[in-house]
Amino acid sequence: MRDNKQHAAETVERFLDSTLESVDSAEEIALGVAQRAGFDEDDLMKIGMAVRESMVNAVVHGNRYNAHKKVRFSVAHNSQRYTVCIADEGEGFDFATIPDPLSPENLMRTSGRGIFLIRSFMDEFQMRHLELGGTEVTLVKYLVSK
Amino acid sequence: MSVKLSTRQVGDVSVVDVAGRITLGEGSSAMRDTLREMVGKNQKKILLNLGEVSYIDSSGIGELVSGFTTVTNSGGQLKLLNLNKRVKDLLQITKLYTVFDVHEDEAGAIRSFS
Repeated sequence: MRDNKQHAAETVERFLDSTLESVDSAEEIALGVAQRAGFDEDDLMKIGMAVRESMVNAVVHGNRYNAHKKVRFSVAHNSQRYTVCIADEGEGFDFATIPDPLSPENLMRTSGRGIFLIRSFMDEFQMRHLELGGTEVTLVKYLVSK
Repeated sequence: MSVKLSTRQVGDVSVVDVAGRITLGEGSSAMRDTLREMVGKNQKKILLNLGEVSYIDSSGIGELVSGFTTVTNSGGQLKLLNLNKRVKDLLQITKLYTVFDVHEDEAGAIRSFS
């Protein structure tokens, strides 16, 4: 939730290297925009974590740390929605194969919780295969005045 | 700040004080190395004090699960101490909160091993 102040719309776009430093950078940029949009501490934590998990997926699982591949990262907000887009240049994967981390057989797995956490923390989450290869995810948090 | 781990002995319980961020990379690998080293030294009673952990991501959660499994499979016990609200919330939404034996005071946690 955010306060009742007026917050100017803002858009930031970056092309980031496939490194863990980029994960930190994206989280920092996303949190800066979210803070200026007026989100409270609890939502900032959720947004930061969702962006971090999405960036890790793009850098580690999508681009596999390939120095020749970039991650396109953008964050924007208007009066109603805060939106983050993250696109990698990886080979993509079958979305139907994402396991449910809450099912008993997966509970003690050491990985596979990232997308579940993103879905839990954001109001909308979409994934799509890009025509030229790669995966794009879109994360949305609603800006609802208290 | 990345993660900082320090270990101390309270009776026969090894307490690991963890501070900072447990995230993919240095943070999660430091915790993995510490726990494996302790299991290698045949330490069976391990208490992870997460009171100063400011942030944990899915990789960090994975390391907690991995540590729990490693210690349990070696015949030991791994328990958690001083979870802040963020870590507690994360363990609850991932349904892991009931998997771990979680304590809020150190003395009680130490006693629970015996």
